[in-house]
Amino acid sequence: MGCIEELTHEILAKGLTFKECREFITKTCPTIYHIQPGTKLFGEGIIGNPPIVVGTDGNTVVFPYVKPCHGTFILKIEDPKEATRLSIIGVKPNKR
Amino acid sequence: MTDTDTNKALIVLGCPEVPVQNAIAIYTAYQLKNHGYSFLIAGNPAVMKLLMTSDPEKHYIGKMTTLEKAVEEITSGDATYDLCIAFAHSDAGISYAATMKYLLPSARFITIVFGREAENISKLIEYEGEQIVEVAVHNPMQLRKKMNEVLGWDASKN
Repeated sequence: MGCIEELTHEILAKGLTFKECREFITKTCPTIYHIQPGTKLFGEGIIGNPPIVVGTDGNTVVFPYVKPCHGTFILKIEDPKEATRLSIIGVKPNKR
Repeated sequence: MTDTDTNKALIVLGCPEVPVQNAIAIYTAYQLKNHGYSFLIAGNPAVMKLLMTSDPEKHYIGKMTTLEKAVEEITSGDATYDLCIAFAHSDAGISYAATMKYLLPSARFITIVFGREAENISKLIEYEGEQIVEVAVHNPMQLRKKMNEVLGWDASKN
């Protein structure tokens, strides 16, 4: 089990393609950022087709989490520090 | 690319639920070893257990690690590769392959798409690089033939 799974999290969606995850996060999060594959969130390198869309809603972070045998989950984790860090390391897309 | 002892390859394996993956992974390791590559196999724990069971004395397979550690070693600058062969039969497999492609921009990159949905899965690839697409589930022979052609492995010696 990875360290992200040990954190208190909510699964917002599962069974989506990575492309569908991008669209889901873009539509549902007030603020979105682009990060590149391997960028660490909660101590783990995030997996996916670049650019990886992640979002924040206040103190919560919403992001895709890929498991080889189970597909991609969209996880939501409340963490003010990581939400703030994401606003620094993430790139805001030009258009939504 | 010439075959020298300095050539390093990364084999990225997906979920082991499609039978041909284990056989083709060991075949890939065999060929890379024959061609002078040092290589690392990255996969989830089930993949590693299957490979260890198939080749307990490590005649063909070599160093293995988890996908997460492979990513970590590349992003931290501790590892680089001349060749990456990524196996994918699902959307998740393509996500891992895309990650490795991004992290290894100068490596020769070959995505092996297999399984019943190989054609549809290959359409999910958004990055450039060589692709081998074959609807292989139980029978590895056609996939092996295509790999021999693309990678220049001499089929007559197999």
